[in-house]
Amino acid sequence: MIVRLRQPSREVEVRGDRPARAILLELGFAPEAYIVICNGTLVPSDTILREPDSVELRPVISGG
Amino acid sequence: MSKCRSCGEPAVIDLPRHNANFCSEHFIQLCRRQLSKAISDFDMLKPEDRVLVAVSGGKDSLALWDMLVEEGYQADGLYIGLGIGEYSDESGAITRKFAADRQLKLIEIDIRDEHGFDIPTAAGVTGRSPCSACGLSKRHIFDEVAKREGYDVLATGHNLDDEAAVLFGNTLRWDVEYLRRQAPVLSAGSGFGKKVKPLVRLTEREMAAWCVVRGIDYVVEECPMALGNKHLAYKDALNALDATSPGTKASFYLGFLDRMRPVLEQSAAIDAPSSCPTCGAPAATADQACAFCRLVDSASGHEPIPVRMVLNKKARKMFDAQWGSQDGN
Repeated sequence: MIVRLRQPSREVEVRGDRPARAILLELGFAPEAYIVICNGTLVPSDTILREPDSVELRPVISGG
Repeated sequence: MSKCRSCGEPAVIDLPRHNANFCSEHFIQLCRRQLSKAISDFDMLKPEDRVLVAVSGGKDSLALWDMLVEEGYQADGLYIGLGIGEYSDESGAITRKFAADRQLKLIEIDIRDEHGFDIPTAAGVTGRSPCSACGLSKRHIFDEVAKREGYDVLATGHNLDDEAAVLFGNTLRWDVEYLRRQAPVLSAGSGFGKKVKPLVRLTEREMAAWCVVRGIDYVVEECPMALGNKHLAYKDALNALDATSPGTKASFYLGFLDRMRPVLEQSAAIDAPSSCPTCGAPAATADQACAFCRLVDSASGHEPIPVRMVLNKKARKMFDAQWGSQDGN
């Protein structure tokens, strides 16, 4: 499945039918530093993501 | 599917530091409670105060403005155009739309129009780090505008992660003077207006979630000048600790406020600053201009320097991936 990432804005393909948390860890992202948006709605990181969900893993850390 | 701890409905967010999940309604309620607790514990705001909220277009400042208005405070926004290429263009547009959609008053200051320089140029000319030039300029302008427009309090969107990262840095250096000054409220006095940080009990992740739940559009991309800075490294370190022991970051910072600040407050008071001979703002000595006026002196009128030119090699690579290899100005 295609997942949208930010900083920089891009899309990557990952294996679906897994909790968002597992995908975050596989991509090397700390779950505490991300929110998960699935089909336009905020979801907890144990949500199973699968095709054809529209998913964004959005970083929340800012350096200002 | 995770259920909300309060009502059993489907959750929208997991908050490991509370060992719980929450639906959108109870998550919003939790955030409001944390905001109110910070405001009342530290005597930040009175109901009749005129509050000026420093807004950048990012999640924290827009969430703060939204929360304060929802709580019934008379809160207007202050946006500073810093001249950081497309990033500033986007953040300005988002902030203006937020204010217009809610019919809120937004004061805008363009740093180049008012002071004759922008942040990339200030960093390039003076050799200061971009974040240092930016922080110095913003603090000065926040104070100046709050005073000029007659606001009682200036509120900034510093959250628990921001404050924990600053505390971590100050502790690593054992910088006692900075540790003593690190407070969620800075009282008015010595030429400074009152400043408050009402989000100190809320994390960065909670503020991003607040914006998504409340339908607030904000600038998600990082400021190109901040890419790879030390503050971000401190946040990563604290998040790594929190991943193995949820709540560590919150207890580090909130424990400092609760148990260490009273100890530091008993130590010697800071000398009252003198006034800057140029602008009248507080300055370290009476015979020298304040840091902001010295920055204006060096950078004002200088040919604008593109954002990309003042980044180090690593930050430039990240900048190119995000904004393309054009100069960004």
